[in-house]
Amino acid sequence: MQLYDQQIPSRLLLGTAQYPSPAILQYAIRESGAGIVTVSLRREAADGSGSGFWDTLRDLNVRVLPNTAGCHSVKEAVTTAHMAREVFGTDWIKLEVIGHADTLQPDVFGLVEAARVLSADGFKVFPYTTDDLVVGERLLEAGCEVLMPWGAPIGSGRGLQNPDALRSMRAHFPGVPLIVDAGIGRPSDAAQAMELGMDAVLLNTAVAKAGDPVGMARAMAMAIEAGRQGFNADPMDRRDLAAPSTPVLGLAELA
Amino acid sequence: MKIIVNAEPHEVSAPTLHAALAELGFTGPAIATALNGDFIPRTARDTTRLTDGDRLEVLAPMQGG
Repeated sequence: MQLYDQQIPSRLLLGTAQYPSPAILQYAIRESGAGIVTVSLRREAADGSGSGFWDTLRDLNVRVLPNTAGCHSVKEAVTTAHMAREVFGTDWIKLEVIGHADTLQPDVFGLVEAARVLSADGFKVFPYTTDDLVVGERLLEAGCEVLMPWGAPIGSGRGLQNPDALRSMRAHFPGVPLIVDAGIGRPSDAAQAMELGMDAVLLNTAVAKAGDPVGMARAMAMAIEAGRQGFNADPMDRRDLAAPSTPVLGLAELA
Repeated sequence: MKIIVNAEPHEVSAPTLHAALAELGFTGPAIATALNGDFIPRTARDTTRLTDGDRLEVLAPMQGG
């Protein structure tokens, strides 16, 4: 999978928040096979507690995708992106401009504007967006080369709320990497996203809040791989009525 | 002078951002700074002067989704 100028081997992007412990986080990342993990910036304590987390990640040799989570304005998101670029040493940014605190729905107007500002400044923007086609077009015009539509509200684990819209996105943007970001709860949700032709899945809570995060990380990796292979194998068309799979010809008359 | 650091009031005597970070105990390399909502790159901390009432944000890598 090509994201901007990078070839990424895994189609799973994993968030790093809410794990029971740093050791379980590390193990889960390793078992997921994720090539990209998301990270954030938060207020530092004067004793330097944040650098421990950063050291942990660097040991794992994964690419980081910093986010602008919690930003509600273009200005906050752009400033956060600049701070992230300096600290993490990457021009990749998962751009979130949040419209509502309760639904964490993207403010797509602010998102497009921030994407334009950041792309012009050399950032490679991964926009957390809705499944709206026109917004997707505007984001591409703004300089984005990846789109990350939501599957369901962040942290809800409700699975794909509107698979038809994602199918439309796939048809409308055939050459654009599409990553379902947010809302995945179970491996079947991730597989469904991949069967729809999405290029990758970004998830966090589904793994971190599972009873066994490491086991779920493995399960998600397998589901994503299965879904991808299923998509490539061109699934059969659905029918409304049954069609016998065993030949009718040669059926005995025994009545 | 009195400045606000990560939403907490602090008294600092250092005139520049660079010196104030050391005075406040932010000695780790993995931090990013914003002053009154504007990003201040590492290279500009030395020449950025603080004034009374400034709002300083000092951020570090954290877990994220």
